[in-house]
Amino acid sequence: MKKIIHYILPAVLLTVLLFNSSCKKTIEERNQQFPALAPANIDLNADTWTPILTAGTTFTVATPDAVTTPNYLADLNEIKSYQRNLTGAQKDIIKYWSAGSVLRWNEILRELVAKHNLPPYQNADNTYPFPNAANPLAYPLFPFSNPPYAARAYAYVSAAQYDALVAAWKFKKQFNRAAPYKNDAAVQALIPKSDLPSYPSEDAVVAGVTAKMMELLFPGDLDYIQQKVAEEKLYRIMAGANTRSDMDAGENLGKQVAAVFLARARADGAGKAAGAKEDWDKLEADTKAAGNTPWISLELPKRPPMLPMFTKVNPFLFNTATVVSLRPPAPYATSSPEFKKEADEVLAMSQNHSREHERIVAFWADGVGTVTPPGHWNSIAAEEFVKHSYSEVRWARNFALLNMAEMDAAIVCWDAKYYYFNPRPTQMVLTIKTLTGIPNFPSYTSGHSNFSGAAATVLGYLVPEKASAFMDMAHEAAMSRLYGAIHYRSDCEVGLQTGIKVGQFAIARGKADGASN
Amino acid sequence: MKHCLHYISRCYLCILACVAFTQTVSAQTENDALMIPKNYFCAAGVYTHNSWDKYWEGTFKRENLNLGTISSNVYAVGGNYGLSNKINLLFMIPFVQSNASAGTLRGQRGVQDINLAVKWMVVRQEVGTGLLSFHAIATGSIPVGNYQADFLPLAIGMRSRSIGLRGLFNYQVGRFFVAGSGQYVRKDNITIDRDSYYTTQMHYTNQVAMPNATNFLASAGYRSLKFNAEATFTKVNTIGGFDITKNNMPFPSNNMDATLAGAIFKYSFQSVAGLEFTAGGNYVLKGRNVGQNTSFFGGVYYVFSVKKDKSEK
Repeated sequence: MKKIIHYILPAVLLTVLLFNSSCKKTIEERNQQFPALAPANIDLNADTWTPILTAGTTFTVATPDAVTTPNYLADLNEIKSYQRNLTGAQKDIIKYWSAGSVLRWNEILRELVAKHNLPPYQNADNTYPFPNAANPLAYPLFPFSNPPYAARAYAYVSAAQYDALVAAWKFKKQFNRAAPYKNDAAVQALIPKSDLPSYPSEDAVVAGVTAKMMELLFPGDLDYIQQKVAEEKLYRIMAGANTRSDMDAGENLGKQVAAVFLARARADGAGKAAGAKEDWDKLEADTKAAGNTPWISLELPKRPPMLPMFTKVNPFLFNTATVVSLRPPAPYATSSPEFKKEADEVLAMSQNHSREHERIVAFWADGVGTVTPPGHWNSIAAEEFVKHSYSEVRWARNFALLNMAEMDAAIVCWDAKYYYFNPRPTQMVLTIKTLTGIPNFPSYTSGHSNFSGAAATVLGYLVPEKASAFMDMAHEAAMSRLYGAIHYRSDCEVGLQTGIKVGQFAIARGKADGASN
Repeated sequence: MKHCLHYISRCYLCILACVAFTQTVSAQTENDALMIPKNYFCAAGVYTHNSWDKYWEGTFKRENLNLGTISSNVYAVGGNYGLSNKINLLFMIPFVQSNASAGTLRGQRGVQDINLAVKWMVVRQEVGTGLLSFHAIATGSIPVGNYQADFLPLAIGMRSRSIGLRGLFNYQVGRFFVAGSGQYVRKDNITIDRDSYYTTQMHYTNQVAMPNATNFLASAGYRSLKFNAEATFTKVNTIGGFDITKNNMPFPSNNMDATLAGAIFKYSFQSVAGLEFTAGGNYVLKGRNVGQNTSFFGGVYYVFSVKKDKSEK
């Protein structure tokens, strides 16, 4: 008996020790590691950069109080009173936002996209309800931020942020009021110091323009948005980087710029992108009339096709005639030997159990409940941009180029999808099983391939030393759809090429906008 | 010798029903008060079939015509070794195959996790007219296969290393017994193939923090040398985790809860010493973020002495 206790006691101790220590519970997320933004170049000449929409628009920012006035001194006292007693939570707010305003607002946008990227659940009669922008909090919640919706949201937010910052730079130079820590030695700079004039605040401009855009894009989440705005405004004041008057002026300017973009967005055709039953029926009838097999929804109950009229949305980088000219040649006819060969390849992929294929499919799936493929590329871009210490205005310009290309790639891709209305492999070969969910729209060409081709092209322009690495990623993303057995090879290859063409338009814009790289 | 056989007949290794989206299996043996004596080994092979066509998205119970019926076949091999009369060491390795009867999603297959347990009979004494025992059971699981945890509801497991502690009381009067146990399971973070995911917020990492879980079991039944019949009632509770939002996909760190009712039967051949058959099943009465699973299992056990002479003493 004694002998047994000899064994048992250490065993019990060991078990308890193991129990407490064996399982890792902490996770360090990548976006929590971003350092405070210290721009390598403050891009003081950004006031001369070409804006997207607002070149001819006049904005107003009130002349700031002189740094000797009681109002300004009161602003400084507010900063000092915060800095006397910063709580842990307030320090966390400073650490979070110091990584950069454009960076964090893109993150917030991605989070809302992921939250809302859910197809509506069917009605009792097997029809589907549509989200209603006028009643965003009733089920189904508005929006359903599927890839085209998300691509458009990212584009509008980034383009508006860019124009707002170009406008802000004009006023910064015009008023030339230095940061609080330069006007009062008792104000500490809790983030890296900058020579950029602080009125109006660039952070507040970004917060103001973004929050206003969100009234259209994510109208059911304005509580969260406003909480973030308030947090960011407080951050700049607590950090000693801006006064309250810098923030108020910036937020106000941001809202003015947003108004221009909101007017465009409300008239760009996206509101009608879902189409109606007669549109859906016509697509099917036209395809049959052309002698081809029309796409049918593989969902049960059958779901109307995703945003068939998105092709009519007004692009940022070119006009609608260019959308048609970018349309790829027709896919292989469903009765052709080439089609059979491609379908057989998809079936073979479906039966391939290689773990590496599964990994690639899962990594790039970006399906329901995710940031979507444009969001994934947005995230890849953000993590790259962090390494380059861009000024806020350059962050916004680079994201605008990327995200406008993604939106226009969505328009061009959707044009091909609904022009050809081509069936998915699983519709044609019933034995094909997929490694990821099958999207509810036609096959040709692959959306992932278009998005990835466009994104890699733009990122390769912005960061030339990584151009081939980005294109390798785009190729992998495109092929993931073949490995996943949801696309034919030509969907991926042609889609990638089309996306690259769309990306070139963004490069042309980038080369001409005065920012250079 | 009779005393010894009494124990041998109790060798017992069967599979607890899959309770979650994942086709998780665990050794029933660790859940019962039966021990095998020193230097005996019980080898086991168990087949389990799981299936469900309804599931809970949070608390909303639904079907999904794009999945039809989710089913899995689990083929497990395991063993139980009597280190002493009071300490048993157990292991089990399942191979799992999953399938969806509708829609296009491909089923998964592969070796899941190795499940290990150390069972220690701490107390065993007569109380009133019966025999009361208390067991402390430490369990652990280590993923063996390189399968995708983030492919619910068709993933074959969670790919989480875990460690659990269970306390078990058993009271037997004649051939009738009642038992109750409680377990706390601590789970390790898992790694998924994606580099970001949304729970109730975005996470930019491929690591997923897995919520811990508790498991409570009550059972009662009849035990004889030849035949056992037992009714079980199980409550599995995930501590934390989040609900699947409407029409979303399940995720490994969901708040998966289930209440199950089950039965276990066992028959020992008197003609072939040490050979036993077992069969049983489980049904999910109520759940949260899990499938309403029905499972059936059948298994064969064979008990033998690894040091013949000593065990006869």
